[in-house]
Amino acid sequence: MTGFTTTESLAAYMPEQNIDTDAIYPARYLLLMEREGLGPYLFHDRRFHGDGTPKEGFILDLEPFSKAQVLVAGAGFGCGSSREQAVWALTGFGVRCVIAPSFGEIFAGNALKNGLLTIALPEEVVARIGAAAQRGARFRIDLEECILCVDNEIVATIDLPEGQRMALLNGWDETDVLLQEEGDAISGFETRHRMAQPWLFQGST
Amino acid sequence: MGRTLYDKLWDSHVIRSYDDGSALLYVDRHLLHEVSTPQSFIAIEKKGRSVRRPDANLAVPDHVVSTTNRHLPIADPLARAQTQRLVENVARHKIPFIPLDDQRQGIVHVIGPEQGFTLPGITLACGDSHTSTHGAFGCLAFGIGASECGIVMATQAIRQQRTKTMRVNLVGLQSPFINAKDIALAFIARIGANGAAGHAVEYAGPVVAKMSMAERMTLCNMSIEAGARVGLIAPDDQTFDYLRGRPMAPKGEMFEHALTYWRTLPSDADAQFHRELTLDVSDVEPHVTWGTSPEDAAPIGARVPSPEDLTEATRRERRRRALAYMDLKPGDPLEAIAIDVVFIGSCTNSRIEDLRAAAAVVAGRHVAAHVKAIVVPGSGLVREQAEREGLAQTFLDAGFEWREPGCSMCVGMNGDRLEPGQRCASTSNRNFEGRQGVGGRTHLMSPAMAAAAAVTGRLTDVRKLMGGKP
Repeated sequence: MTGFTTTESLAAYMPEQNIDTDAIYPARYLLLMEREGLGPYLFHDRRFHGDGTPKEGFILDLEPFSKAQVLVAGAGFGCGSSREQAVWALTGFGVRCVIAPSFGEIFAGNALKNGLLTIALPEEVVARIGAAAQRGARFRIDLEECILCVDNEIVATIDLPEGQRMALLNGWDETDVLLQEEGDAISGFETRHRMAQPWLFQGST
Repeated sequence: MGRTLYDKLWDSHVIRSYDDGSALLYVDRHLLHEVSTPQSFIAIEKKGRSVRRPDANLAVPDHVVSTTNRHLPIADPLARAQTQRLVENVARHKIPFIPLDDQRQGIVHVIGPEQGFTLPGITLACGDSHTSTHGAFGCLAFGIGASECGIVMATQAIRQQRTKTMRVNLVGLQSPFINAKDIALAFIARIGANGAAGHAVEYAGPVVAKMSMAERMTLCNMSIEAGARVGLIAPDDQTFDYLRGRPMAPKGEMFEHALTYWRTLPSDADAQFHRELTLDVSDVEPHVTWGTSPEDAAPIGARVPSPEDLTEATRRERRRRALAYMDLKPGDPLEAIAIDVVFIGSCTNSRIEDLRAAAAVVAGRHVAAHVKAIVVPGSGLVREQAEREGLAQTFLDAGFEWREPGCSMCVGMNGDRLEPGQRCASTSNRNFEGRQGVGGRTHLMSPAMAAAAAVTGRLTDVRKLMGGKP
């Protein structure tokens, strides 16, 4: 994946709570087996009528917010289904960071694997920067410095577990890292685990 | 200090702890289905990796499979290709597989326990948010994304942040016709769709002790709708009796050996939870949802609430949007809401106990003239048992369609879906906009309540229909 260091852009504000991953990426498009090119399906049923003609007024289709790389949203963003397509559709559309009071936990985990930064901030802070976003404020996110600036004013520090921050900054493939750095630890654990709970290994040789 | 069930499950799977509070956990079991794994296998193969322990996996198609005409190929070419891709992927990596024409086929969260693949004390992951279901067996089970499915298959490990713990004590007396689904909806309405976020929820207390494994699975299944990725219930004799003799569960002496360990898993008496909450189920009425989030649930005797009752602007706006989507007016009695479709099924409510509860309501009655009603058993084995017990005939006599197992109209990927504007009484888990089909309107409820709605053609208090007091 691509790493995340900084981004600077307008932000689109969706104040609604509990925007679920079915809304972000409708289930019928899960039949596609790609992970790239899913941007057009982002919030599909909010942006398009059944016949494919565009609906009016969805924030990400309104200028100047159609180019926003930052999304500010209500609490519980990404709740519901585990579909990683919700993240792939956001990144495919050009969104690089979502700010909300809280996130669906599986969504947040998926975001990490794809260089999409999620920032959880208190509800009143999100409401304030959401209002600024509506006025067209510039958001700057610097993951090296761990700061979020809105119109050049630092409004929050980004508080991420260090492991997640490093993963985002470096864009490492997590499987590579685990196999290289923890391969022995995994094997060691597995041997002890097999001794302690042999019934979990009955199917293996 | 004593440890919680969650603590014990966590501690016993830590491969390495990191300074930031996260840990690398060993994953004992991984369930696969056709929808969340194509990209996982691509990632594995692109790097020339292999599946570390094929025997720790079990795959089954469920989400996109047709629930009719199983003798024919899947009609939708995309769904057919996705199912075929699973067949090829698991064959290449020698992953144990239950094919579509196998009698054991069914919804991952039904067949895992049914086959004894799900066991107490384990970690279990699956590319599906309702993996929380398996926590009913006292294991650490959680949903993951497609990338994580690939990581788990390649490494048998996953890095996680430890979450807080919440205990929900269910006390009081569970009245007839009050199901775990009603309790789950009442809990979510109280705490909010995001209310348990960041917590592993353990359900405990005398009510849980008496619940069937099916009801326990319903409770844990719905945890994710309260924002909790993990639901848990301490394993007890009922859990062990359920597992004894299951095909993939340990046998004989090995089972007894496992049992000794499993009995140590329940939370210690002096264990501390970050949050604790008590729900008296004596007061829980049959619940239905009226909006577009599982938290929009109310007792069947209630009326559609008004957005004006909410002081906070974005919440008010959200409720307005929900009522507009659902085409409901504040003040309308929930019991007056007419429905078009009834869906009895899903990983929440498609087990034999669920079908028995629904069949008891429809026996000797008939589906209302304007209603299309379908029953989709959770697995081929559930289907077979229901046929043996005469439940299938009861449903058919009442005018229900009796389908083949799968996720079906819970997620609407297999052609079983609502038409725009149709309203459904559904035993599934999500009433999100468009969840059961674009423009479809979902009311969540228990199997008995869905059966009652099928008979009357509107949302109905099953207790009234059955001649009991509401």
